[in-house]
Amino acid sequence: MNQAYLEIKGLKKSFGLKPILRGVDLELKQGERKALMGANGAGKTTLLRILAGLTAPGAGVVHIAGLDLTRDAQRVRQIVGFVGHQPYLYDELTALENLLFFGRMYAVKDAQQRARALLHRVGLEKRARERINTLSRGQLQRLALARALLHSPRLLLLDEPDTGLDEQGNELLKELLNEHVAQGGAALFATHQLAHALQLGDSIAELDKGRIVSIRGGVDPCDAVSSGEQSLSGGQVGPFLEV
Amino acid sequence: MTIFLAQVFAILWKDIRCELRSKQTWIGMGLFALLVLVIFNFAFDLRVDNKASVAPGALWVAFVFASLLGLGRTIAAEREKGSMDRLMLCPVDRKAIYLAKLLGNLLFIGVVELVALPLYAALFDVPLFASALIPIVLLGTLGVAVIGTLFSAMAAATRARELLLPILVFPLIVPVVIAAVRATATLLAPVANDPPWLGLIVAFDIIFLSISMLTFGYVIEE
Repeated sequence: MNQAYLEIKGLKKSFGLKPILRGVDLELKQGERKALMGANGAGKTTLLRILAGLTAPGAGVVHIAGLDLTRDAQRVRQIVGFVGHQPYLYDELTALENLLFFGRMYAVKDAQQRARALLHRVGLEKRARERINTLSRGQLQRLALARALLHSPRLLLLDEPDTGLDEQGNELLKELLNEHVAQGGAALFATHQLAHALQLGDSIAELDKGRIVSIRGGVDPCDAVSSGEQSLSGGQVGPFLEV
Repeated sequence: MTIFLAQVFAILWKDIRCELRSKQTWIGMGLFALLVLVIFNFAFDLRVDNKASVAPGALWVAFVFASLLGLGRTIAAEREKGSMDRLMLCPVDRKAIYLAKLLGNLLFIGVVELVALPLYAALFDVPLFASALIPIVLLGTLGVAVIGTLFSAMAAATRARELLLPILVFPLIVPVVIAAVRATATLLAPVANDPPWLGLIVAFDIIFLSISMLTFGYVIEE
């Protein structure tokens, strides 16, 4: 069994007097895809934003690849890819220029080549030189996925990544996640839809009122790394673990 | 250091490219500065004996107000659609973000000044390149931009940013504006034993640039 790649212990966060996360404990292993489910306001987005380094944690400990999220924030950002509710792209730039800009920010070697390869991978090579305000919501989401993968992150954090994606887009998302874990990466994604959680994830963590209340599934991620393809797509749910 | 500079110039390149395409900041700032100079030219009686007391003030009022229009835009544009998160996600030193935004602001204001200065020289009959006007303008602009860049990041996080930015910035730039106006006035009508206004501006720039570089990270972190 692999060591935990992402380790969260007692993570708390409040906005003003309102507690959002009330002590989250969660682990993610290398090669694992974990779905994060929960009702609106359960704290999924806040949790992902904290892990992406966008929001400071209130209390608790977070380690990613052995790095402390607070102390080694810059090194953590280098190994994390994040897709949020917003595409985090610049409207005035073209799709290619956006990727090249983020390539420079992440000091990606051969950024030009990598950006073009990713645009091809997400099916946007023909729109590479168009300003992104001409792209549809689904195409923007594809480009956001390309941006998140640009620097070959080891941990992917996706907040409702299926937003705006059509059937082909969802298939692409599944393929990209499979490729990511096949290369030894890990992924944590938030979704409202159980079908997507089952299709894309190896296990499902349920967040309720700022706490992880259950973890379902738990396919050995070592198998996922070795096979390059592992999911509960057959609709089978693993043993239910009350936390 | 190489990565730091590469990131600074990448953000600067991105801001210039975005501005060239949106044209939101430069045109507004430029027109505003020109209008202020023209209005002041007609509003005041510019005889030779009172030119030294009116012309420097008109120049710096035009520059400061036009600068604030642009300073508000550059970081507000970054806050729109995904907020500062686009940059905050990246493993980029927050000082690099500040430096890039400062250089961008200086460039935007510099272009506006480049257009406004000849008009100022013509309207107010001031010798443009005859003396030390250029370093005064450069150093005074740097002082305004240093403070403005820091506080525009602070104000951009609020709903009332257009209102808040001048309220925060004006009191702090008073020393640099007074020094710049007096230094410009000294060029038109030299005064004996005048304080070293240019030195005051340099000291102001160094102190506030250091403070801004150190505090910018805290200002933009959520």
